[in-house]
Amino acid sequence: MVTETSSPVFPGGATEPVVPPVAKAQVHDLNFFYGELRALKGISIPIYKHLVTALIGPSGCGKSTFLRCFNRMHDLYPNTRYDGRIVLMPDNVNILHREVDPIEVRMRIGMVFQKPNPFPKSIFENVAYGLRVRGIRNRAVLTDKVEEALRGAALWDEVKDRLAELAFNLSGGQQQRLCIARALATDPEILLFDEPTSALDPIATASIEELIADLRSKVTILIVTHNMQQAARVSDYTAYMYLGELIEFDRTQTIFVKPKKKQTEDYITGRFG
Amino acid sequence: MNPGSMSSRTEVDQAHIRALVTSGKRKQLLFAIAGLTCTMIALLTLLAAFLQLLIDGLPRLSWDFLTNFPSRHATQAGILSAWVGSAMVMVVTMLAAVPVGVGAAVYLEEYAPRNWLTDLIEINVTNLAGVPSIVYGLLALGLFVYQFGFGESVLSAGLTLALLILPIIIVSTREALRTIPGNIREGAYAMGATRWQMVSNHLLPYSTGGILTGVILGMAEAIGQTAPIICIGALTFIAFLPDSPFGGSPPFINFSWLFSEFTVLPIQMYNWVSRPDKAFQLNAAAAGVILLAMTLLMNGLAIYIRYTVRKKIKW
Ligand SMILES: Nc1ncnc2c1ncn2[C@@H]1O[C@H](COP(=O)(O)OP(=O)(O)OP(=O)(O)O)[C@@H](O)[C@H]1O
Ligand SMILES: [Mg+2]
Repeated sequence: MVTETSSPVFPGGATEPVVPPVAKAQVHDLNFFYGELRALKGISIPIYKHLVTALIGPSGCGKSTFLRCFNRMHDLYPNTRYDGRIVLMPDNVNILHREVDPIEVRMRIGMVFQKPNPFPKSIFENVAYGLRVRGIRNRAVLTDKVEEALRGAALWDEVKDRLAELAFNLSGGQQQRLCIARALATDPEILLFDEPTSALDPIATASIEELIADLRSKVTILIVTHNMQQAARVSDYTAYMYLGELIEFDRTQTIFVKPKKKQTEDYITGRFG
Repeated sequence: MNPGSMSSRTEVDQAHIRALVTSGKRKQLLFAIAGLTCTMIALLTLLAAFLQLLIDGLPRLSWDFLTNFPSRHATQAGILSAWVGSAMVMVVTMLAAVPVGVGAAVYLEEYAPRNWLTDLIEINVTNLAGVPSIVYGLLALGLFVYQFGFGESVLSAGLTLALLILPIIIVSTREALRTIPGNIREGAYAMGATRWQMVSNHLLPYSTGGILTGVILGMAEAIGQTAPIICIGALTFIAFLPDSPFGGSPPFINFSWLFSEFTVLPIQMYNWVSRPDKAFQLNAAAAGVILLAMTLLMNGLAIYIRYTVRKKIKW
């Protein structure tokens, strides 16, 4: 699908050497049902390692539903059903398989939500939570990991003197970065973002976007966004969905400059939705 | 606002609007007066009863009144066995009702599948709060006193009152759990938490304020209960104390007090009120002041906890 001739222009304008992307996960013919409602219809795409994949499409097309399959969030609610496979590399495990424990999946794949949702605990305890769940009790290890994660989320300098404070005292943008730090602390293989900036002001949005672009070197990212410019700015690959179906999946550049499908073009240029 | 549309409005329109507003205001005032009257009737009646109690009871209050056993002579009689009995019964009630109530609430809210059986349980729990307390007394007489052989004891009384306040604790705990937003739950699950970690690390700590409020309100309800306690056979005249729960020799704690006979404050009051001698009536009023003070204290504590916790956690 991806054949490059000249060196591609990566988001942010940097020119990087062409490395053939490696799949971190492969979605095979994924269908998803809320009761009788078929919200996802036979979706198959690769998720490339250490790259950012954006999911775009009009409201209600199933972006969140698709994203939430990756950490088996739907298992929390009755009357939901997966059909198809999401195969996680390198161990080739189908994370949707009935015998795979969703908790195990969530230990490997982190998520950042639309609305910042820190726990009503201290800043430190928020970031340390995932580690505690994984049985880490050693104070020194926790301290190191928390600092590393907060640095990774570009929040350390702002909070290093107030780690014991309640997380609710942070601003919305800081709370969202705290949630990113919380997810980063456990070294996830894939990080899912569901419209992470839709509740934030433009400045906070810019800092989160910058962060996502930086995180690419450490973790594979899947992001849902309503904002076309955001998809263009932060992602390497883009999937356009419509009514539960995948319409087009390609390099972000291609999707935005010369999409193959008319439908995609109409959506991108704003002639639709 | 568009000034054009304002100036185009005719005089007649404006007069009409003004008339509407005036009539609306008049109705509002009438309703406010009616509401205030109702409130005052309720409040003043309560205040009068309270004042009467204070006027009668306060002169009788003294250290001796708290440390004396009941007596045939009104002026020497005290409420020692009654308040100690009340305290012991309350301890049993709390130890029994809190874990069971909170556990049931967590199960119903977080674990139970949604089906007709849980719906049925749900309806039952909410309706239990409306069952007359004497019915609990009858149930307890058969179950705790005879069936389990606990006798007419502190234990039987405590368990009876625990049953009585269980619905209050369950309902308030469930309400507290429900105020925890779904995105916090999803956030915790997304970190890889198990359901039990969810409950113990998040739900219970975040709903402590609501749970405590329910527990204290339940206790305030329990401490004033008379009918079920009479039902299970509390004595009205007790001139001894149950064994102390804390012994002088290892293991320093003993449980014989649980099986002791006892009386409680409301029963002591009831006993005194039913005597013809006016002096005993004053004793009853004094005991009433103590009981009321305990209840108000608990309610105050509940309000304080709710207030401080709400200030700390804003969803
Ligand atoms: N819990 C649910 N139960 C039933 N149907 C649902 C549920 N959640 C979503 N749906 C339906 O599934 C479809 C996809 O919803 P989804 O939330 O994934 O859309 P989305 O692309 O994320 O939309 P948005 O951009 O508005 O967030 C919609 O038709 C929606 O009504
Ligand atoms: Mg969505």
